[in-house]
Amino acid sequence: MPLLAQAFEKRSAAYLTRWLICAMLSTSRRESEGTADTNRLALELMGLERRFGERVALSKLSLSLERGATLVVFGPNGAGKTTLLRVLATLLRPHAGKVRMFGHELPAESWALRGRIGLLAHEPLLYRELTTRENLTLHARLHGVSMERVEQTLEAVALGSRAGEPLRMLSRGMVQRAAIARVVLHDPELLLLDEPRANLDPAAGELVEPLIGRSSGRTRVISSHDPASGLAEADLVLGLRAGRPALLQSASSTDPDEITELYR
Amino acid sequence: MSTQTTASERTTLNTLKSTKPGLWATVSALLRKELLIELRTLESVPGMSLFSVTVFVIFHFALHQNTVSGDEASGILWVTLLFAAMLAVNRLFVADSDQGGFDSFLLAPVDRSALMIAKALALLIYLLVLELVAVPAFGLLLLGPSLGAAMPDLLAVLALADLGLALIGTLVAALAVRTRARDLLGPLLALPLLVPVVIGAARSSSPLMAAGHHGSMQVRWLMTLALYDLVFGLISYAVFDFLLED
Amino acid sequence: MYGRGLRALSFSTVAALCVAFSLVFFYAPLEAEQGFLQKIFYIHVPLAIITLCGFVFGAIMAIAHLRTGDQRWDMRSYVAIHMSLIFAVGVLITGSIWAKGSWGHWWVWDEPTLVSFLIVFLLYATYQPLRFSIEDPERQARYASVFAITAGAFVPLNFMAVRLSSAYLHPRVLGSTSNLPAKMGFTFVICLIAVALLYATLYKYEMTAKHTRAQLRALRRRVLSDETTAPRRSFQGSTAPGLRPSAPGGVLKMSAVRRPD
Repeated sequence: MPLLAQAFEKRSAAYLTRWLICAMLSTSRRESEGTADTNRLALELMGLERRFGERVALSKLSLSLERGATLVVFGPNGAGKTTLLRVLATLLRPHAGKVRMFGHELPAESWALRGRIGLLAHEPLLYRELTTRENLTLHARLHGVSMERVEQTLEAVALGSRAGEPLRMLSRGMVQRAAIARVVLHDPELLLLDEPRANLDPAAGELVEPLIGRSSGRTRVISSHDPASGLAEADLVLGLRAGRPALLQSASSTDPDEITELYR
Repeated sequence: MSTQTTASERTTLNTLKSTKPGLWATVSALLRKELLIELRTLESVPGMSLFSVTVFVIFHFALHQNTVSGDEASGILWVTLLFAAMLAVNRLFVADSDQGGFDSFLLAPVDRSALMIAKALALLIYLLVLELVAVPAFGLLLLGPSLGAAMPDLLAVLALADLGLALIGTLVAALAVRTRARDLLGPLLALPLLVPVVIGAARSSSPLMAAGHHGSMQVRWLMTLALYDLVFGLISYAVFDFLLED
Repeated sequence: MYGRGLRALSFSTVAALCVAFSLVFFYAPLEAEQGFLQKIFYIHVPLAIITLCGFVFGAIMAIAHLRTGDQRWDMRSYVAIHMSLIFAVGVLITGSIWAKGSWGHWWVWDEPTLVSFLIVFLLYATYQPLRFSIEDPERQARYASVFAITAGAFVPLNFMAVRLSSAYLHPRVLGSTSNLPAKMGFTFVICLIAVALLYATLYKYEMTAKHTRAQLRALRRRVLSDETTAPRRSFQGSTAPGLRPSAPGGVLKMSAVRRPD
């Protein structure tokens, strides 16, 4: 303290600085450890609402999804599909209503869910200047996953041979496969897939099926534009229009025409 | 080759990664990524170095002097380093913002302050490399008195000032990157915040560059720098999380 | 709700200002060295003190906003900083007038408080451009709060740093007020109170205006959202084996809307 006081020629200034630092430290929120959960439901939404300023992106959304089931979300552009996926990925906070995933409530317990969710977004969320291997290695380190798993996943998406090239040199289909590799690398329990079939040719589609398809056994929420293939994957169907649920029913009782109606 | 994971395999995998990566593991992973990208793209450091040498040349013409010393020299060096740092600050988070780096980081089960620490360390490294070029260039082009004997003191000043530049630069870069006028707001926000750093750095290095026998450095400027770095380091650490979430 | 007590506050502010000014011009003695010019000190220093307090309050309210997430704290923080910025212009102008009168230059670097003020002003002048360059209101509020906290911490450090660096050639006339003679001290305190009241009144005015506008927007949103197109297909809840139906009534609500006349 004498040294500080000397530096500022005023004792009170030193005390003020120290108080300020303590006050600052207490404003930060820190992570803490999670607890095990045994909830049967993967997803429970109750009156979910999310706004962007004045514009309502999602409103009054309620549904439940069991573990291992697949929810497919349909809707025209701007209906809120991507917003819903981002809320479920804990990237966006719900403004009203409740969201519970695997028994943990958002946003208070988001930290317990990270690492258990895999998000496949419109962008690959990978660095273009790094190679696929480097990107996945970073991802692995951030999730505490081993290097063998990285190689394993690279093989699974058939990018092993081109994993040493920067991402910007890969074709769109390959980038999509690299993104899928990123999504499943840490073996998430919940997959959030924003139009996963985009940019994938049929062969690639078959390749990734065991990773992100029904046979992977994971709980999935998929946003899709194709009624036929989307319905085939779904257990539960949600149709969004202007952020509101226009359609919410089981896939077996849904007609593809009902989905096409959404786009009118 | 079977790529499906059965339930038992998944349990094994989950236990393999049951420990969340610690803070320093995360920081080092992110720092490695930063440096790797910088090495590949060479976006920041060469530009900063070239900029500083060019600015020295401009100062020669603007001041119409062959050599400078003392306060003037100190001022020119620090102003140049400051503006060169702004170039790096403008670029610091751009790749993350444009290529989804924020999202992929936010999805990871890690302490979010690790991003701030990694970026500040990266910026610090860029500044140190910049000074490896800029200070000798300054000595060559503009500085009258020789720096040799005063080097250890100068290094201390550089280190502390760079730390301040790095901490404030990171905070301001994170603030500015997701706004509309990101290139303009960065320097506008950073420069007033860096005035105390400039004061501390310029005043402490000016006796080192005095013509004739170089004076001794006053410790109180170093103390000012150190305290400023400490306070802003803690503040940045405390508020950074709020800049990332949505 | 915010407008309560506004009238009383305004009246007391006007009264206090009148009292303060009459004291300054008729009661306080002329200072030996600087004469009449010294009287600007009675407005310059209170403005400066209140401005700095305003910035610090802005930072404290920003901390409250980040801790609680309540948007009202952000509104309060914004108004505090906005008001202080305006008062800071007053500080710089009165300081400049004083400098011109004392030393013949419109700006002097020797008065460290004034110089620190300039730097703080330049920093806070970026507050509004920062806010208005972020579209998403929530993020705007959060980033603004981060800025307010950083800048609030910067203010005392900046003053210390500049004071350290200034040449001690000119005595700091505006510095210590502890050895003021009684009459001048009394006048100073009254002026301080008057400026504080002025700040509080303007602050309340702006808060009321903003709050009213926010309420109007919320009302409009509610009215519009009840009128928005109902989905064309009716909601069908279903019970298939293995799937739970979603909670009824949570999804759609068609409440009756009273249209404004």
